[in-house]
Amino acid sequence: MAELAIEAIGLAKGFKEVEALKGVDFRVERGASFALVGPDGAGKTTAIRLLCGLLKPDSGRVSVFGAGPAEPAAKAKLGYLSQRFSLYGDLSADENIAFFAEIHGRRNYASRRDELLEFTRLSPFRDRLASKLSGGMRQKLALACALVHEPELLLMDEPTTGVDPVSRREFWEIVAGLSRGGMTVVAATPYLDEAERFDSVGMLDEGRFLALGSPRQLKEGFGWTVVEIACADARRVARILSSEEARGAGVAAAQAFGDRVDIFAGDGEAARRYALSALAREGLAVASSRIAAPSLENVFMQLLGGTKG
Amino acid sequence: MSRLSSLVQKEFQEFRRDKKMRAIVVVAPIMQILVLGYAANMDVKDVPMAVYDQDHSSESRDLARAFVASGSFLVAAAPESAEAVDQELSSGRAEIAVVVPPGFGAALRGRGSPSLQLLVDGSRANTAAVGMAYAASVANDFSLRFAPGSLRIALPVEARTRIWYNPELKSRAFMIPGVFALLLMVITIILTSLAIVKEKESGTLEQLIVTPLRKAELIAGKLAPFVLVSLILICLALAACALFFGIVPRGSILLLFVLSLALVFSTLGIGLLVSTLAKTQQQAMMFSIFFFMFPMMILSGFVFPIANMPAPIRAFTYLMPLRYYMIIVRGIFLKGSGIGLLWKQLWPLLAIGVAVVSFSIARFRKQLE
Repeated sequence: MAELAIEAIGLAKGFKEVEALKGVDFRVERGASFALVGPDGAGKTTAIRLLCGLLKPDSGRVSVFGAGPAEPAAKAKLGYLSQRFSLYGDLSADENIAFFAEIHGRRNYASRRDELLEFTRLSPFRDRLASKLSGGMRQKLALACALVHEPELLLMDEPTTGVDPVSRREFWEIVAGLSRGGMTVVAATPYLDEAERFDSVGMLDEGRFLALGSPRQLKEGFGWTVVEIACADARRVARILSSEEARGAGVAAAQAFGDRVDIFAGDGEAARRYALSALAREGLAVASSRIAAPSLENVFMQLLGGTKG
Repeated sequence: MSRLSSLVQKEFQEFRRDKKMRAIVVVAPIMQILVLGYAANMDVKDVPMAVYDQDHSSESRDLARAFVASGSFLVAAAPESAEAVDQELSSGRAEIAVVVPPGFGAALRGRGSPSLQLLVDGSRANTAAVGMAYAASVANDFSLRFAPGSLRIALPVEARTRIWYNPELKSRAFMIPGVFALLLMVITIILTSLAIVKEKESGTLEQLIVTPLRKAELIAGKLAPFVLVSLILICLALAACALFFGIVPRGSILLLFVLSLALVFSTLGIGLLVSTLAKTQQQAMMFSIFFFMFPMMILSGFVFPIANMPAPIRAFTYLMPLRYYMIIVRGIFLKGSGIGLLWKQLWPLLAIGVAVVSFSIARFRKQLE
C-alpha cells in the first residue's frame, strides 16, 4: 500500500450551536486527489480547517504524512488556499509571494517565483497591488503563495466560489497539472461537476459521509439508468414524473435541473417512452430526450433524497 | 530571526502604502498638537463685561477703565437698569456684570465703605470662577489707589506668592505635555489594534498560522514595528511642541524617550488586547475609543485633577497607565525632573505593562488555536 498523505479517524468537531462534523474517517494516499463535496453547512470547511491544523478536533485524530497537522514537520509540507484568497492587499503580487517564501524560510526564491507567476499566467501583473487584481487573478496569486514553499499536499477550501467560469476552468487546469506532477490535492467544493476530476470523492451532509469512493465507484453503485429530458418547465415535468402513476411505470425518481429533468429507472428505454407519452398527454413540449450515464450530481441528489438504487 | 525581520519589513511596506495608517502616524500628531494645543487653553481673556453704572462719578468711570486695562475684560454693554443687566447676561452678550451703586465715588473718597456687585454667568463654570477672581482683584487694586499710605494696615503676615515651573501660570504650558502624552497613547493603541485586526479581516492571519512561523515570532513581528513607529511619533510631537508653541522639555529628552517606551509597552499590550476582542477594524476603533481612551483621558489627570476625585474613582485611576505617564511627561517638560523622582511613576507603569502584555498574549495565543 502506498504512503498515506492524510489519515483521518473518527474526526468530530462541534461549535456553540452546531455539531459541524460528527465523526468521519478517510485516507488520502500520497499523490492522489480527494474532493469533499456537500451543500453549505455540510462540514466541508470544518474538515479542511481540521486537516491544516487551524482547528483542533473534539475527538478523533488527523495525521498529515504521519505527523499532527500543527506540527512543524507537517506544516512545511502543507499548502493551504482558503476560501477568501487571503493576501496582503497593499503588497504587489511579487511582494506577496516573496513574503510567504520568506516566512517559510526560503532564501533563493527568485526563480521559483518567476516559475509560479509564469505557471499561473500572472507575470504581466507582478507589480500590481493584490487589492487591484480581479477575483480570478487574486485566486491564482493566492495559489502561487500557497505553493511557493513546494508543499507536498495542497489543501483548498472552496477555491472556485465567486470566480467566473473561464477563470474556474483555467484554475482546475493548473491544479490538474500539479496533480500530474505528483502533488496530493484535497479540496472542498460545493460543485459536483468539479468533483468529477478527483480520484476520490467524499459526499458530506450534516457532518457525515453519505458516500465515499472514486467517482466511478459512486456512479456504478447508483444502479439506475438515467434518462435526460430537455424541456421548458422542468419543475412541473419533474412533478408529473414523480407521480404514483410514473412510479408504476418504472420511473424510480425525477430530478429537476434548470432546463432538464433526469429520471432514473431500471429499464431506461421503457421509462423514456412512458415519459414522452405522459408529457404529451399534458401538452408539454420536450426538446430532446436521451439515455445518459449517471453524474455525481444524480448520485448525490438521490442520496440526499434518501432513496437508493 | 530572518522570519521575524521579513514580518517587520512587510509591516513597513504595508504601512507606506496604507493611506489611513500614514495619516494616523504623520499627520495626526502634528495636527493634534496644533489644534489641541490652541484649544486646550483655560486662560481667561477678553471676557465680555456689562457695567451698570448707577453712580456716574469719575471714580466709577475709572473703575470701568481699570477692568479693560487688566486685559481680562472688554466692556461689551452699559445697561441702565437691573432688568437690562439681566438681559445682557441671559442673552450671552456679557458673561460678567458689575453694578456700581450710587455713592460709590463718595464712599471711596472717604465717606463710608464702598461696595460693588459682581454678577457672573455660572453656566460657564471655568470663565465664571476665573473671571470672578480676576474681577475681584482688579476691584481691590483699584480701591487701594485711594487708600492713603499712612492708613495702610500693617499685616502681621504678608504672603508673597511666587509660582515655580510655570511662572506665568499659562494653562498651555501645562496642557501641551498632557496632549503629548494622550497622543502617544491614542495612536499606539489604535495602530496596533488596527494592524492585527486587519490581518484577521483579510484572513492572512490564518494563512500565517498555517506556516511554520512560531506564535512568539508572529506576536513579536506584529508589535515590534510599533515601537519604532512610536519613536517617530515622539520626535514629530516634540518638534510640533517646539515649533508651534516654543515648549521644549526642561529635563532630559533621552529620559523622556526611555520612559515613553515604558508607556508604549503597556499601550501595545492594550492594542493587542483590543485586537483579540474585535473582529473588524471598525470594532477595533470603537473598542479602543470607548473602553480605553475615554476613561484614560478623563481619569489620568489630563483635565480633571485626580486629587479632587471621590475615593473609589481615585482608586480606579491607579490602573491607568496614562496616569503615571502624565506625571512623568509634565515632570520632564515643566520641572526637568530626573529619574530619581520619576521612579515612583515608572515602576507601576511597568508593572501594569507586564500585566496587560502577558494577559493579551495569553488571549491572543489561545485565539490562534
